Amino acid sequence: MKFAIALFSAAHAPSSRRALLFAQAALAGGHEIVRLFFYQDGVYSAANSVVTPQDEQDIAQQWRALVSEHQLDGVVCIAAALRRGVLNAEEAARYQRNAVNLDAPWALSGLGQLHDAIQDADRLICFGGP
Amino acid sequence: MSRSLLVISRQAPWSGPSAREALDVVLAGGAFDLPIGLLFLDDGVFQLAPAQNAKAVQQKDVTANLQALSLFGIDEVFACSHSLAERGLSAPDSAQPLSSEQISQMIDRYDQVMTL
Repeated sequence: MKFAIALFSAAHAPSSRRALLFAQAALAGGHEIVRLFFYQDGVYSAANSVVTPQDEQDIAQQWRALVSEHQLDGVVCIAAALRRGVLNAEEAARYQRNAVNLDAPWALSGLGQLHDAIQDADRLICFGGP
Repeated sequence: MSRSLLVISRQAPWSGPSAREALDVVLAGGAFDLPIGLLFLDDGVFQLAPAQNAKAVQQKDVTANLQALSLFGIDEVFACSHSLAERGLSAPDSAQPLSSEQISQMIDRYDQVMTL
């Protein structure tokens, strides 16, 4: 089955971990993930500025590893990210901000990418809330 | 044929960017001519309240964006009757009130559902 996965919560929220486990299980089961789309506070799950205590799971890092390893299409909504201060080098330069906390394998793009994934996928699976 | 999407908006307009971001998903879908429905549920029905004074809480008014829905070809706009009644709101002109049973049937009708 072809899944589109939308995430609306930050890396410290249990729902981000649930989404990650779902994505891992889907791939392990031979399914395809057409796109990950991080929206609302989900943009924080892609930030590379998250520092997790050593005895806790680093979910943002695990997301990054999953996207890299499986060469997934990982898209972070640009409007949601700018609003929350999640910037790649290009956007940081554009808005003259010092901090860059988003990089490869994540791409910043618009809501059209969400709709495109929804059209392509058999199922849209959303994760949000606590 | 395009897959249809129902966006369920559950947050009040003053409770953060969620209401606006739900609306942005709907408007973006409309801009791509996709079959999109919008349902206001729970505190989301506060977005339909008349005579909002968003400035008083230093917010932008989402009402103008709601009026843009028809311009973007979004005609399927619904509100949960139960949520409206619970909050003392009367049925708005801009959204069709639905009972819980009608909402269940409507969710079944859409290919995909997203709750924000």
